[in-house]
Amino acid sequence: MKVKSTTDKVWDWVFVIFCLFVSLICVIPMLNLLAKSLSGTDFLVRNEVYLLPKGLNFDAYATVLKDPKYIRAFVWTVFLTIVCTIASLTMTTLCAYPLIFEHLKGRKAINIFITITMFFNAGTIPNYLLMQKLHLLSNPLVLILPGVLSVYNMIIMRSFFYGIPDSLRESAEIDGASLFRILISIYLPLSKPVLATLALFYAVGRWNGYSDALMYMRDDRFYTLQLLLYNIINNINQVEVATQEGFSAPGLAASLKAAIVMFSTIPILCIYPFLQKYFIHGVTLGAVKE
Amino acid sequence: MSRQAKAQNKAGAGVYLKKYWQLYVMLFLPLLYLLIFKYAPMIYVQIAFKKYSLVESVWKLPLAANHGFEYFIKAFGNNDFRYALRNTLTLNLLDLVFGFPAPIIFALILNELCFQRYKKVVQTIAYMPHFLSWVIIYSLALQLLAPNDGLVNMVLMKMGGSSIPFLNDAAHWIGSYIGFGIWQNFGWGSIVYLASIAGINPELYEAAAVDGAGRFRKMWHITLPGIKPTIVVLLIMNLGNILGGGFDRPFAFQNNLVMKVADVIATYVYRVGIKGLQFSLTTAVGLFQSVVGVFFLLMANFISRKLGERGIW
Repeated sequence: MKVKSTTDKVWDWVFVIFCLFVSLICVIPMLNLLAKSLSGTDFLVRNEVYLLPKGLNFDAYATVLKDPKYIRAFVWTVFLTIVCTIASLTMTTLCAYPLIFEHLKGRKAINIFITITMFFNAGTIPNYLLMQKLHLLSNPLVLILPGVLSVYNMIIMRSFFYGIPDSLRESAEIDGASLFRILISIYLPLSKPVLATLALFYAVGRWNGYSDALMYMRDDRFYTLQLLLYNIINNINQVEVATQEGFSAPGLAASLKAAIVMFSTIPILCIYPFLQKYFIHGVTLGAVKE
Repeated sequence: MSRQAKAQNKAGAGVYLKKYWQLYVMLFLPLLYLLIFKYAPMIYVQIAFKKYSLVESVWKLPLAANHGFEYFIKAFGNNDFRYALRNTLTLNLLDLVFGFPAPIIFALILNELCFQRYKKVVQTIAYMPHFLSWVIIYSLALQLLAPNDGLVNMVLMKMGGSSIPFLNDAAHWIGSYIGFGIWQNFGWGSIVYLASIAGINPELYEAAAVDGAGRFRKMWHITLPGIKPTIVVLLIMNLGNILGGGFDRPFAFQNNLVMKVADVIATYVYRVGIKGLQFSLTTAVGLFQSVVGVFFLLMANFISRKLGERGIW
């Protein structure tokens, strides 16, 4: 290893500082939000809150936690996310696993049938009319069924399955295990990384999505958290406490909004760093297919 | 076919099914899902050419005027649609010009970091914005860029400058929109490139070092060519999507003051179709978008193959 020249060392530091700068750009909006959610209303009205809270208090969070509409949306979205993730993982596995068998008759036709849906989408209105026809508008199922299988994620899982040696499967077949048994006792236990990745993708998709609720859901009992958030941010209809405690008071409104956004973000921010090594692998599998 | 061969065939089918029937059972639900939620809506695409009515079945609707192309003609004569079309192209093009290189540059720079622990931390932080919804990102944008109480304008005003209408003025809005797009995606987008960089043969770097190549020569002559196939594939997909684009991001960022530059096809279809109930018109718009999208994808793939690169299929 040769000794680094001075210019090389300078560049090393340039890159280190650049990355520090980039990280700050990612973090500052969140810090600002956190500071606003924890600050006293007086300081907020006087525009004195930057990155650290002033007049530290948890009133905004306490108020949000007392709001029945918000809590309802939160609990409903948590429930929805769990159900969607489980259903989606099941469907994805059921679709990906049979397609790795080369001797499966009709495999080619099935592959074409699946691939077409990736290139041609009927469009917003035809989808809407279908939901209407199926009587799914304003039905809670409309937030689960239409997105239950992502072909893109299925391809990621299939690529992962291809990476599992055939010999494992063949020896189990010789032992007389059925193909379903092989899925349960060989493939799934070996697929934890890809299952974790796809669970994260599906869960994040459901947690962050709001357009389906916006288009298909008229019953505000089943609004997802993000749609409620959209309405709050755009002052479309305010949280119930707002009317009681005066959402109109500018300082309080700012800290309440900040607290609500914080609450809606925290669950995912707590999870993703732990799944990092998995999803990096998953993204890579998706990009270099076959 | 002799009787024996037939019997054998039947036995063969029996053996085959005995082993494989479970796979067909597994495939039943996913295929049924695709049939209902991806193929069945295609039936309704025909209302682009027909006069829609709530009561009649789609098959029995009368053909629209001008040999069924009335709604396409109407759409292109409509100012709102023309704005939406223009904005979709402009915003996607700007995303391509500014947003596409960002993850590549970030990956190249991360690759040069020599402190591994630090690199990991930077990566984790840079992936964070990808996990935020567009509604949340817009609320962050408001917190930062609001005219009076936004962080950036607070700092500007404190330094004696004047407040900048980042989200309320057309040109500034476009800048903020593209900027937050980059912010959301540069970290996540770099994953693919980092993986691709990791796949480059390390001997190439050693050989280049022996030849006296510096850091930037190696970057230019080894790393970039090494990740070129990945860049090309992602570029094709982005070009194919030049008239596409999601709904969540523009819809979250829109406000009444900037609709002229912020309304894109997806939000136009929602507003005029689902809210305004002009189903035939907006289905025509959607069909136009889909067909042109497939055309762009085929073109981009064709061009990249002509240039000697691997296409996406």
